[in-house]
Amino acid sequence: MSFEPKNPAVKWVEDRLPITGMLHHALYEYPTPKNLSYWWTFGSLAGVMLVVQIVTGIVLAMHYTPHVDMAFNSVEHIMRDVNYGWLLRYMHANGASMFFIVVYLHIFRGLYYGSYKAPRELLWWLGLVIFLLMMATAFMGYVLPWGQMSFWGATVITNLFGAIPVVGDSIVTWLWGGFAVDNPTLNRFFSLHYLLPFVIVGIVILHIWALHTNGSNNPTGLDLKDKQDSIPFHPYYTVKDLYGLAIFLIFFSAFLFYAPNYLGHPDNYIPANPLVTPAHIVPEWYFLPFYAILRAVPDKLGGVMLMFGAIAVLFALPWLDKSRIRSARFRPIYKQLFWVFVADCILLTYIGGKPAEGAYIIWGRIATIYYFVHILILLPLVGLFEKPKPLPASISEDVLSKKPASEEAANA
Amino acid sequence: MTTTTPEEENGVKRRDFLYIAAGGLGAVGTAAAIWPFISQMNPSADVLALSTTEVDLDGIETGSEVTVVWQGKPVFVRHRTEEDIERAEDVDLADLPDPEPDSERVINPEWLIMVGICTHLGCVPLKGQGDFGGWFCPCHGSHYDTSGRIRKGPAPANLVIPPYEFLNDSNIKIG
Amino acid sequence: MLKLLTSLSIAALVSLTSLGTAQAAGEAVELKSVAWKHGGIFGTYDRAAAQRGLQVYREVCAGCHGLGLVAFRTLSDLGFSEEEIKALAAESDYLDGPDGDGEMFDRPGKPSDKFPSPFPNEQAARASNGGAYPPDLSLITKARPNGDNYLYSLLTGYVDAPADFNLAEGMNYNAYFPGHQIAMPSPISEDAVEYSDGTPATVDQMAKDVTVFLAWAAEPKLEQRKSIGLRVILFLLILAGVFYAVKRKVWSDLH
Repeated sequence: MSFEPKNPAVKWVEDRLPITGMLHHALYEYPTPKNLSYWWTFGSLAGVMLVVQIVTGIVLAMHYTPHVDMAFNSVEHIMRDVNYGWLLRYMHANGASMFFIVVYLHIFRGLYYGSYKAPRELLWWLGLVIFLLMMATAFMGYVLPWGQMSFWGATVITNLFGAIPVVGDSIVTWLWGGFAVDNPTLNRFFSLHYLLPFVIVGIVILHIWALHTNGSNNPTGLDLKDKQDSIPFHPYYTVKDLYGLAIFLIFFSAFLFYAPNYLGHPDNYIPANPLVTPAHIVPEWYFLPFYAILRAVPDKLGGVMLMFGAIAVLFALPWLDKSRIRSARFRPIYKQLFWVFVADCILLTYIGGKPAEGAYIIWGRIATIYYFVHILILLPLVGLFEKPKPLPASISEDVLSKKPASEEAANA
Repeated sequence: MTTTTPEEENGVKRRDFLYIAAGGLGAVGTAAAIWPFISQMNPSADVLALSTTEVDLDGIETGSEVTVVWQGKPVFVRHRTEEDIERAEDVDLADLPDPEPDSERVINPEWLIMVGICTHLGCVPLKGQGDFGGWFCPCHGSHYDTSGRIRKGPAPANLVIPPYEFLNDSNIKIG
Repeated sequence: MLKLLTSLSIAALVSLTSLGTAQAAGEAVELKSVAWKHGGIFGTYDRAAAQRGLQVYREVCAGCHGLGLVAFRTLSDLGFSEEEIKALAAESDYLDGPDGDGEMFDRPGKPSDKFPSPFPNEQAARASNGGAYPPDLSLITKARPNGDNYLYSLLTGYVDAPADFNLAEGMNYNAYFPGHQIAMPSPISEDAVEYSDGTPATVDQMAKDVTVFLAWAAEPKLEQRKSIGLRVILFLLILAGVFYAVKRKVWSDLH
């Protein structure tokens, strides 16, 4: 399908820089499976959240002061004096949580429907790189208000690098730019927190490029076979995504306007004090599963390695999962295991928010072990022994077979 | 299809209405969402709270001048001599690029209070220099007289008189 | 598909809820719960209570606790007039300068000033309070889990220590303070202030009033936030409805 602009000005540009055609192809005619469910909305929602975070962040940086003596008060200046400052700051703080909610759902969608399998391995990898960059960005952003949790979170997380044999201490000193978390640390975190989102934008472009190379996966996991299977992205998925966005914004607004501090921690309204550690240091909720894995191991290096390993194994997923069927809809055993895995991740989140004592330690260890058992042992084995359900011949056959029964569900 | 039934026409109308409603609502929502991002660059509440400055005139000798800061800008407070006042009043308004009698630029002729920013490109003029006994802007050579009016040079207008009032004989409030 | 969606969102909600309570729990003491007028979706600050609370803060708390993030001018939110605010601010002196001779000088406070701090620095504050640091109260209700109820419970929670409780020298027993040993002695006593509006100054009343005032100090934009939020959510509901109709319409010609 080639793009022929009618407007002479657009054509003039198109002949020299075919950007309109590229956008037209990507947002308009991009042939998309006709059976995508609302689970496929979270990708574009993540894109929206990235934009929200960048725009609110740029605006907040106009009023924020990255200095240990002034950072906390400059945030309060935003909250109290800047026009709509409270709105922008709450948007940014809650926006981070919303971004992670959307991305986690996007990832679990990929896990359920096997979206990481050939030929989408690179697409999956790029997504994981985005996820890692998001975590780094969120962590450094949380340090900027220079509250107690900012300071002690920064101290604990940077100290993780001290677990590296031989050079660990030198690396930690290098990260700090001093002998403790202090002004140089705050300044470099601010600089990097401003930079990384734009790196994320770059990777997102690659992510979408990789997506459009092989096309979107879909609830059946089948490849597009003929024209019957696909519809143009616009208007079908643009309106569907806009509707999804409106619903999502209601959810976002509920937190933003009525519980803006619910997902935060009260201790971060106490200015940072390097001499007093809060009773419980808890990271933001989106880090809790990894925090639980970190604490499950009674050894510093072991804990750190396992935590990073929890993400590293996800890179190997396309090769660990031996099944050639993508969608869990046709994989009865994997489907069960998927939900157990979801429950396990929720358990890890819960444990990560609890003090490391008593039964929480035991449960944390069980949940950590199961996380790795699922990915490293169960996934490969199930792929070998599971007997899949019969696959439909094509996407459109699958859609039509459902239509009489429930027209709504197929539309949705 | 060459003919349309009334039913289909209704369908088309309903669809058009929906599209317009959706587009309109989307545009309104976007515009409303953009407003806080524009408004945040306006002066914040603490800046606005400092928008007045009080000046004690005691101790400013006749013929001398102090510079105070009002809303981040220099304000000249000049205690004019009799001679200054005469020179300011004794001017043919027709000769001025920006005609304005001295009496409209002062509350009490002894005190000339004006924003010390050249109306050309925003430099701060120097006192006691220039051809008219008033101020001279070194950036591009604008000459102001003892009433702060532009007399020669590229500046288009007289130095700005800020809003101010006499709280009593020796205190003024600017802003 | 819908089943999948609902089950996962329920799972997510459950984990989020448990998370909130997990963070809020901390100590296992159950706080007294007050139905604050500024709670809920439509709640606004009780102006009269906040004005009384300011009096309590100034006459009782301000001797040891600062309110360094709150400017006098913002008291207009609570219904104080410009004249009242000027008079209030002028009661404290502020170091300013240097003047023309290079000397620092004291001047009366202005509405643009923040509430003065009772101590020049943390060390001085600790030295005057037996080593304990009376925290600044500007954000106190947001800096404690369930802050409004916590503050009220703490202020009314001074009771006799249980017989077997080992209270350290110079400490006071409080039923709601984490660990129960608090350096601050019971700050408010019956009729510690005299309210100009005739409200009886009971300990309970003063604790409630000062809590309302400090809740406002910590979150002065609460009312603006809620009223904008209501309009935003109503708008989004309509928007979602229209977008859903458009989506149905667009998809209806698909076979």
